[in-house]
Amino acid sequence: MANGENVPGPILAADGRPLRQSLARALRLQKLRALMLIAPLLIFILVTFAAPIADMLFRSVENAIVPDTLPLTVAALEDWDDASGQPPGEKVFAALRRDLLAAVAAKAHTKLGSRLNYEQTGVASLLRKTGRRVKRMEEDGDLAAQFAEVHKSWADPETWATIKRFSSAYTSGYFLNAVDAKLGATGIEARPENERIYIFLFERTLLLSVVITVACLLIGYPVAFLLATLPMRTSNMLMILVLLPFWTSLLVRTSAWKVLLQQQGVINDTLVFIGLVADDGRLAMINNQTGTIIAMTHILLPFMILPLYSVMRTIPPSYMRAAKSLGATDWTAFWRVYFPQSVPGIGAGAILVFILSIGYYITPELVGGTSGTFISNRIAYHISSSLNWGLAAALGVILLVVVLVLYWLYDRIIGIDNVKLG
Amino acid sequence: MLAFGRQLLAIGDIVPDQDRAFVVFDGVQKSYDGETLVVKNLNLEIARGEFLTMLGPSGSGKTTCLMMLAGFEVATHGQINLGGRPINNIPPHKRGIGMVFQNYALFPHMTVAENLAFPLQVRRMSRAEVDGKVQRALDMVQMGGTEFAGRRPAQLSGGQQQRVALARALVFEPDLVLMDEPLGALDKQLREHMQYEIKHLHERLGVTVVYVTHDQSEALTMSDRIAVFNDGVIQQLATPEDLYERPENAFVAQFIGENNKLDGMVTAFADKEARVHLDGAEEIGALAVNCRGVGFPTMLSIRPERVLIAEPSAPNQLQGRVVELIYLGDHIRCRMEVAGRDDFIVKIPNSAKHSMLRVGETTPIGWLTNDCRALDAA
Repeated sequence: MANGENVPGPILAADGRPLRQSLARALRLQKLRALMLIAPLLIFILVTFAAPIADMLFRSVENAIVPDTLPLTVAALEDWDDASGQPPGEKVFAALRRDLLAAVAAKAHTKLGSRLNYEQTGVASLLRKTGRRVKRMEEDGDLAAQFAEVHKSWADPETWATIKRFSSAYTSGYFLNAVDAKLGATGIEARPENERIYIFLFERTLLLSVVITVACLLIGYPVAFLLATLPMRTSNMLMILVLLPFWTSLLVRTSAWKVLLQQQGVINDTLVFIGLVADDGRLAMINNQTGTIIAMTHILLPFMILPLYSVMRTIPPSYMRAAKSLGATDWTAFWRVYFPQSVPGIGAGAILVFILSIGYYITPELVGGTSGTFISNRIAYHISSSLNWGLAAALGVILLVVVLVLYWLYDRIIGIDNVKLG
Repeated sequence: MLAFGRQLLAIGDIVPDQDRAFVVFDGVQKSYDGETLVVKNLNLEIARGEFLTMLGPSGSGKTTCLMMLAGFEVATHGQINLGGRPINNIPPHKRGIGMVFQNYALFPHMTVAENLAFPLQVRRMSRAEVDGKVQRALDMVQMGGTEFAGRRPAQLSGGQQQRVALARALVFEPDLVLMDEPLGALDKQLREHMQYEIKHLHERLGVTVVYVTHDQSEALTMSDRIAVFNDGVIQQLATPEDLYERPENAFVAQFIGENNKLDGMVTAFADKEARVHLDGAEEIGALAVNCRGVGFPTMLSIRPERVLIAEPSAPNQLQGRVVELIYLGDHIRCRMEVAGRDDFIVKIPNSAKHSMLRVGETTPIGWLTNDCRALDAA
């Protein structure tokens, strides 16, 4: 007591340094070595995975092309009041002429045209046409009239309002577009009903993913139960059957469903043959939602069975026996004793299947037709066909956020610690 | 007429018969693969209120018998009766048999109280009744403290889990409780303590217990009767005392307690006493228990603590050479070479009157004829 050993404060190591600091120093070398070991993989992932995705996602807000191509025009437009109902003055047209001359020389005006065309139809052709004729304009003449002569849109204040609205380096336009809205003259407004598509697609993607997850659970649970309870030799055989799809190409499996499900396919032929379905009433089971649900349930089934199996395998059979010896019927023993213990497996399988299916692309593309496609098909369309990468990136960000929110909700409700993959 | 008479007799006997033969295995056989019998022709009667232990090495069929009684395995042949009625076709949950499992099988997702309430809830008892019975059962196993009822099994120690498992098997007041090596996972000290506790619980409740273990000291401590299993057959069914003192065959003698064996040939046979010619050329007397007769080989069995050292009054005298001495505190364990075998063990009590032996010394040893049992040659 007198030697002051119980003085509050950090514990000191033998050399008088705080113990915590000494420990950190001792562990630093170890940590460094561990970091060196994983460095190649870490760099590989950063360069080939994380960086491209981050870059791609950044495109959802990036809008540098407008201020970069039309720097003088953007500056000149600041004085113009877009609510005035009048086109801007001569100063703005002079700036536009000089900007366009530079842009035509750099061949940037068509790119600007396609960017602004997302916001107002017709701007692309307007800029292309103007680009061809801007060299012949007389600098000292009435530029407003000359531009209006090239295309009457230049006299329309709406065109200028659009340029002004999207003149900053960052834009919310892609995101608004992705949720079927746009930035109008009076602020954010919904698109006309016949142009709305994305909210509907998101809803369909979520709904179909839930249906597929539930179908996988209903089909997979008994299989996993059998796998976990059958004797070793039989269950190994069954396991091979479960894993067999993994060894077959995804395309082959999807195409096989096409063969089976199409109107002149095996199933319809059989149904007609046994007389369940009339020849002119063949069932439409492919190129619609039914096709997507059937094919994706089949493809994602192993992802439900394997986590379920790995959890069920750890439930000793003595629990069921104990429940029965205590007077529970088979069903009560299952429902009150076995099932609650298999919930972590259900959680893991359901998360896995749901997240996989929400971003699935190939199968809905091949068997989904128009009513069975997912939001990912639309993203792919914008990436490779319409080349509107900004919109594709915005849709991707929303999809990612939706998944993360669902994941967070799951963690709040069930708890991620309860998920077991093995 | 004859059949009628037999029936009358049966009715007259019915009450005592049911108590004497509360559980009956009648010619029960069990095979898993259709080629070998795990249980061969089992006939066993267990009285109401009895504590019967099935003891045997692993693979001897004892657990299979227990599982057949519980209803988790189906007998390939034969009949099992409980309280006078055949239960072969009754599913486990309708048999009303309590069971304690090897690893307790407490439901991990339920609290202690929920575990205990489970058998009562599936019997559709009222809430008040359930709460009362759960509390009484927990009190019974000294787990009645309020801190325990709300805990999960994983938050309990091994001994506490064991008590809860016991309480759960008893809470619905079954007439018969089965225990499948319930103390196997506990450390030695706790195991011995729980043995006494289970024994006292049995005495207090008067419930019939069928207990399976491979630990002979556990069986000797707790049981009214012990059925020693080997190779799917009951080798001997007797009280602990009989089993230890009067083993009927070589397996039981070897399995229960420590035992010295000497091989020999029967040369004479008279009035329960056999004269046996040992391989080492001596001839001694032994109690004839299970030897077939003159001219047949036999195995003599003598308990290490029944061997007398340097006692000239003993009727059977041999010379033994001390090979090894191990000091064990309360007794000294002496390994000797006797009649050509060097694994003859003698336990010498550590008392004042015994002189110390030395390694290499030759000393006369002997025993009473009744302590040396001539059994079948294994």
